[in-house]
Amino acid sequence: MGDISLIHYLMVAAILFTFGAVGIFLNRKNVIIILMCIELMLLAVNINLAAFSSFHGHITGQIFAMFILTVAAAEAAIGLAILVVYFRNRGSIAVEDINMMKG
Amino acid sequence: MISAIVFLPLLGAIGAGIASLMKNDTLGYVFSLTGVLLSAMLGWVVFITMAIPGIDQTIYLASWINVGSFQVDWALRFDTLTAVMVIVVTTVSAMVHVYSVGYMSHDKSKPRFMAYLGLFTFAMLMLVTADNLVQLFFGWEGVGVASYLLIGFWYQRPSAHQAAMKAFVVNRVGDFGFALGIFALFHLTGSVQLDVIFQSVPDLVNSQITILGYAMPALEVAGILLFIGAMGKSAQLGLHTWLPDAMEGPTPVSALIHAATMVTAGVFLVCRLSPMLEYAPFTRDVITVVGALTAIFAATIGLTQFDIKRVIAYSTCSQLGYMFFAAGVSAYPAAMFHLTTHAFFKALLFLGAGSVIHAMSDEQDMRNMGGIWHKIPFTYAMMWIGSLALAGIPFFAGYYSKDMILEAAYAAHTPIGNFAWVMGIAAAFLTAFYSWRLLMMTFHGKPRASAEVMSHIHESPLVMTIPLFILAIGAVLSGWMFYELFVGHHWYDFWRQSIFIDPANNIMDDAHHVPKWVKLLPLFISLAGIGLAIIIYGMMPSVAGGIARLFRPIHQLFYRKWYFDEIYDAVFVRPAVEIGRVLWIRGDKDTIDGFGPDGISNTVNRFSAFCSRMQSGYVFHYAFAMLIGVIALLAWYIRSL
Repeated sequence: MGDISLIHYLMVAAILFTFGAVGIFLNRKNVIIILMCIELMLLAVNINLAAFSSFHGHITGQIFAMFILTVAAAEAAIGLAILVVYFRNRGSIAVEDINMMKG
Repeated sequence: MISAIVFLPLLGAIGAGIASLMKNDTLGYVFSLTGVLLSAMLGWVVFITMAIPGIDQTIYLASWINVGSFQVDWALRFDTLTAVMVIVVTTVSAMVHVYSVGYMSHDKSKPRFMAYLGLFTFAMLMLVTADNLVQLFFGWEGVGVASYLLIGFWYQRPSAHQAAMKAFVVNRVGDFGFALGIFALFHLTGSVQLDVIFQSVPDLVNSQITILGYAMPALEVAGILLFIGAMGKSAQLGLHTWLPDAMEGPTPVSALIHAATMVTAGVFLVCRLSPMLEYAPFTRDVITVVGALTAIFAATIGLTQFDIKRVIAYSTCSQLGYMFFAAGVSAYPAAMFHLTTHAFFKALLFLGAGSVIHAMSDEQDMRNMGGIWHKIPFTYAMMWIGSLALAGIPFFAGYYSKDMILEAAYAAHTPIGNFAWVMGIAAAFLTAFYSWRLLMMTFHGKPRASAEVMSHIHESPLVMTIPLFILAIGAVLSGWMFYELFVGHHWYDFWRQSIFIDPANNIMDDAHHVPKWVKLLPLFISLAGIGLAIIIYGMMPSVAGGIARLFRPIHQLFYRKWYFDEIYDAVFVRPAVEIGRVLWIRGDKDTIDGFGPDGISNTVNRFSAFCSRMQSGYVFHYAFAMLIGVIALLAWYIRSL
């Protein structure tokens, strides 16, 4: 086994991202899981940014990762708040019940 | 004054129509009776002051159609032929209007009836005063519409509905011929004006017209086509089937339209076109043969019918045949003479029959009548007068006119003339026979009606009997009053240019100089017919059924009207219905609707249902679609790098 190279980081990030994406589509239960999957995808992007930052020897990528973490935290807070209100109004947060846009 | 004669009935009809909307019966009567009675009086005034002194007049009203060389005007042409028709139409119409007041007294929509009658009178007057063929066609169609409306007056009855449609459709066949005839004459002469046509006719004797590659004599083609129109309106053999069914209308309608006036429009047309038909000998032969065959054919059916109105209807058909073969042998004045006398006595017979039906509580079947003559003596006397006039007994109207026709047919001295004469003599016998059969079955013998009906029998009110009386005067007097004037030695002084007979043809003079036995034969034949009918139906009623059984096939043939209705049904009506059904289901519903409006709307429906199924409402479906899209775009982008 050789050193851990850039390509390995990218592969981990790609796998994480795919998990996140597939998790959104296959999930039939809970909106919270969708939020978690979105977090997972953002983290995958962060890994990419950090890996490239290290590979290029440039600090910008890591600073960007910090920004994304901040935004992700804010987004998670807002998403959970929406969920709480939604649960109060509709009595359910099951994904299958959220189909008001059905034609 | 002439315009007033024509338009007063129209005003009366409009007034009655408005009264009908207001549901005011009295107002309707006032309008329509005023209009038609004034019109009748003016008609006689004009006849005496203009037609007898010999003043012809044409009144220009307005321009109607003016397209290139095709010019049609509204104009009233008033010559002797028109004057005679005007007095016949307005007089009979006035009598029928008055009679209807009594006859329709139990009906709910009296003003509507009066409005239709007035409309008919106007259209008929338009027809007889027409100055050109197109205006004549306007009147021709107008009386057709009025006839349709009046046959179907009791529109709640399916049979009246069907009879009205039958009359309209059969008349369309004739009108098709008439319209083609007008086109042919316009093609030949470049005008539809009667005077222009008649002036150019002598130059067209040898001209030809090419139809489907065959060259035919132009005048004969036009003549035959116009005669087909006359056949339809006047119920001649082949196109006669509508007339007996038209008896579904109220009886005054049968008297006015289907006996006295409208059905004689064909005879009038033939006489009006005499300047043309004189140059079309073949057409005249056709007219003679068709007329003679109709005379005998309708009379045979009249022998066997049991509906009192149908017997008289077939009699009308038969008498129209007489008029046509008179015109066919160029004795147009004799045809017009019989038209006039026939209008009076046939209207009398119909109104008399109406009086009987009224008395018998709407019973029309003669098998349920009998033994009522002493209960309605006035009607009985009127029916006798009408029948005597119809059979041609001396000093009654029919004697003069029918004998004149038979003498003219004999005097023609052509094989076709002789054929018409023989048929006419035979028909005269049958006419007398069925007329007295009708009288005997209706008025004599044992009463066959129920006791309840018998107890209700009453003479009609004055408003019905007075018109009968006036028409009876006409049926008695019109024969000898008009004989010298219409068909005497000086007939030309009366008719002048309105009727044209080839100067080389002395038919009118020859008719007065036939052998004595020819003059007397119709009388003896009629008396024989009357005697036989009285013996069979008056003295031993049981024999009639026996004779009918003895000649069962012939009786059936006559009784079923020579199976004309059945044949037409099988040959024309059913195939037309079948074609219509196929075109309706396969053509219209399956093809045009299937691929047209219905097909398009179905496709749109299916497509939009598909689109709406795609909108599942689940966010992850939309997100998945977005992902697929992004991947596809990326793949395409990377490929193109």
